Amino acid sequence: MSTATGYNFAYLDEQSKRMIRRAILKGVAIPGYQVPFGGREMPLPHGWGTGGMQVTASVIGEADKLKVIDQGADDTTNAVSIRRFFAHTAGVETTEQTAEATLIQTRHRIPERPLQADQILIYQVPIPEPLRFIEPRESETRKMHALSEYGAMQVKLYEDVARFGHIATSYDYPVMVNNRYMMDPSPIPKFDNPKMSMMPALQLFGAGFEKRIYAVPPFTQVESLDFDDHPFEVQSWDEACAICGSDHSFLDEVITDDNGSKMFVCSDTDYCRERVDQGFVGTAADLSTSEQETEQ
Amino acid sequence: MNKVIDAVQSDAGVQQALETALQQEFKEEWKDIAPLLSVRELNKFYAPGKGCGDINFDLYPGEVLGIVGESGSGKSTLLSCLSARLTPDSGNVIYNSERFGEMDLYACEESMRRVLMRSEWGIVHQHARDGLRMNVSAGANIGERLMAVGERHYGDIRAKAEEWLTAVEIDTGRIDDRPSQFSGGMQQRLQIARNLVTHPKLIFMDEPTGGLDVSVQAKLLDLLRNLVSRLGLSVIIVTHDLAVARLLAHRLMVMRRGQVVETGLTDQVLDDPQHPYTQLLVSSILQN
Amino acid sequence: MTANQLMIDVSGVEKAFTLHNQGGASFGVLDNASLQVQAGECVVLHGQSGAGKSTFLKALYANYSVDGGEIRLRDGEQMVEITSALPRRIIALRRQTLGYVSQFLRVIPRVPTLEVVMQPLLDLGVDAAICEAKAKDLLQRLNVPERLWSLAPGTFSGGEQQRVNIARGFIVDYPILLLDEPTASLDATNRRVVVELIREAKARGAAVVGIFHDEDVREAVADRLVDIKAI
Repeated sequence: MSTATGYNFAYLDEQSKRMIRRAILKGVAIPGYQVPFGGREMPLPHGWGTGGMQVTASVIGEADKLKVIDQGADDTTNAVSIRRFFAHTAGVETTEQTAEATLIQTRHRIPERPLQADQILIYQVPIPEPLRFIEPRESETRKMHALSEYGAMQVKLYEDVARFGHIATSYDYPVMVNNRYMMDPSPIPKFDNPKMSMMPALQLFGAGFEKRIYAVPPFTQVESLDFDDHPFEVQSWDEACAICGSDHSFLDEVITDDNGSKMFVCSDTDYCRERVDQGFVGTAADLSTSEQETEQ
Repeated sequence: MNKVIDAVQSDAGVQQALETALQQEFKEEWKDIAPLLSVRELNKFYAPGKGCGDINFDLYPGEVLGIVGESGSGKSTLLSCLSARLTPDSGNVIYNSERFGEMDLYACEESMRRVLMRSEWGIVHQHARDGLRMNVSAGANIGERLMAVGERHYGDIRAKAEEWLTAVEIDTGRIDDRPSQFSGGMQQRLQIARNLVTHPKLIFMDEPTGGLDVSVQAKLLDLLRNLVSRLGLSVIIVTHDLAVARLLAHRLMVMRRGQVVETGLTDQVLDDPQHPYTQLLVSSILQN
Repeated sequence: MTANQLMIDVSGVEKAFTLHNQGGASFGVLDNASLQVQAGECVVLHGQSGAGKSTFLKALYANYSVDGGEIRLRDGEQMVEITSALPRRIIALRRQTLGYVSQFLRVIPRVPTLEVVMQPLLDLGVDAAICEAKAKDLLQRLNVPERLWSLAPGTFSGGEQQRVNIARGFIVDYPILLLDEPTASLDATNRRVVVELIREAKARGAAVVGIFHDEDVREAVADRLVDIKAI
């Protein structure tokens, strides 16, 4: 694909990229620590992933292969726009396949397929400060991070258990990185939290509106908060994916008609497609496919 | 003297033995004990005459010190300096900490001061909203200090929160309500429970009964008095209400224009005031 | 406590009141006052109203400060000079050694009568059951009706409050007891009870200094009458 003329490679100018790379390096050096950076304007409104895009623009190279997902899907508006943006401004190859991608920018999910050491996962982050819920003052939250004063964070979980009888927080679930910094994992489902820990890939987080970058280097411990008597648990479903039959992936509930009929399908579209290609099948696969399956 | 005396009560023997034992223990105790808080040459002025200066005193374990004076006399400024919330211009505040040993509050790391604030110290603010998290439940307000010192068992935290709600006479059925749904008196009591849950040694109180109805004040005062004596707390309480001071404080410091003008046993200062200002202050209250 | 042990030793006490807000008017009340009291002895102060009896008693309790002289009180093996002692020393002294009973009860809001009476003994760490038994016994002897014990004394009649206060003052066996007209306006029956209580205190070796308006009480308890002008 030809690159757009009149713009630098990957849209941002080289000085801005250098500044962002320095912030990224600092973030990698201090896992989980929020590094302020001079956020640039992107040709998209805040809230559309401008933080993640600036990180992507700063680390992307000509040889990279980019995948962009939104809620696990490659074909939603946001994912499509961002993928096309980089294809247009950097001329890089894009892909929908997790296995092939070198860079994956994501909103709200971590792919089901385990990531590898030569991959980078870039998260779009709306609110980077996990302590904001309990403490509105930035000066105070900085102090709390500096002094590892995280007891107040448990208050959020306490309120959950008091109100619902269990920890009801299901996404944006706070984690401790490398036993030092409390971190907001962005609004991924807590189902994905365990994947963050000891991940071989580099994880970078960009918050465009709040101008913060943070990182989890490869093979870093990431622990989800909990109580001794209410341990951390991920979501589980009674159903399997209606398309690929997976009983171990994060499922979306889809309403199929006006009568309230519904089915559950993998939120990670690439993973689901990959499984179907391998011959796995769910209950809602079309008649001919399911007949073939039963014959086997 | 040689008249026949009625027999003393039957349990007088037991009583005597108990008291003798107690007396010895008590005497040992008061003699050798080091001050909990020592204040030397403390000064903090925002402007000439605004603030407090030349403050010197020792506070011993189990003592309740009242700081009285009119608005603007510098008593709240002093309390902020003593409780590590306002850096003084000069002088020292030495605290004898259980975990850190003797420490100069403003010469040590801020992290140590903050540890004190959520463990060995308690601060009861005049306005409950300054001391409570209004957007989380009463139980979480009490539990927060426990979680801040590392408690991670929900069941235990909740049980302790219920225990302290009971201790401050709040129905445990209100544990999941937010402080904003509580009356002013209940908010103050919740603030006290939140502070006491980590068994602090030293409590700072700033006009704890200010802004409460008289009937609610009486209940709160009685509760405070009981908790203070039962838990052996050391307290520094700032108040402009001499009746509150008389009921709670062992001794008083009278402040005027940033200076301490008189100090001594509470009843001595109130019943036999020496300084013209104290005399004026005492004679200004309505007798009942 | 052995008899003839010096319990109270006051020498050369001076006390004047200066009213700064009334033109700085100053008038002397005590001038070189001295007094010694032994264990088991009851000294009754007398003199005209305004002569300084009450001031002297309050100085002994450290409720009033003095301008000169020394007041030494026995605390076990020690004599404590209270005009220069630290507040916490005086509070310790008051807790276990020095009792003071006036005719007025300083009402503590909401606290039931029985607890008001028990409190001083409880504060010494004595077992609650013992405190309660002793408090009940005292209230009974002072004819405070049992139905009032669970109520706060704030609403009681003056006489009832006074008797609650006496019970509170006698619950701890203080070695030194200061009595500021505790029998004023009590009926004859209750006056007799107070006389008994004072005699019991003397018998266990307490040094008592008192002011009594009633001649019969004075005569019943006093080992020595001291004119406040003469001391």
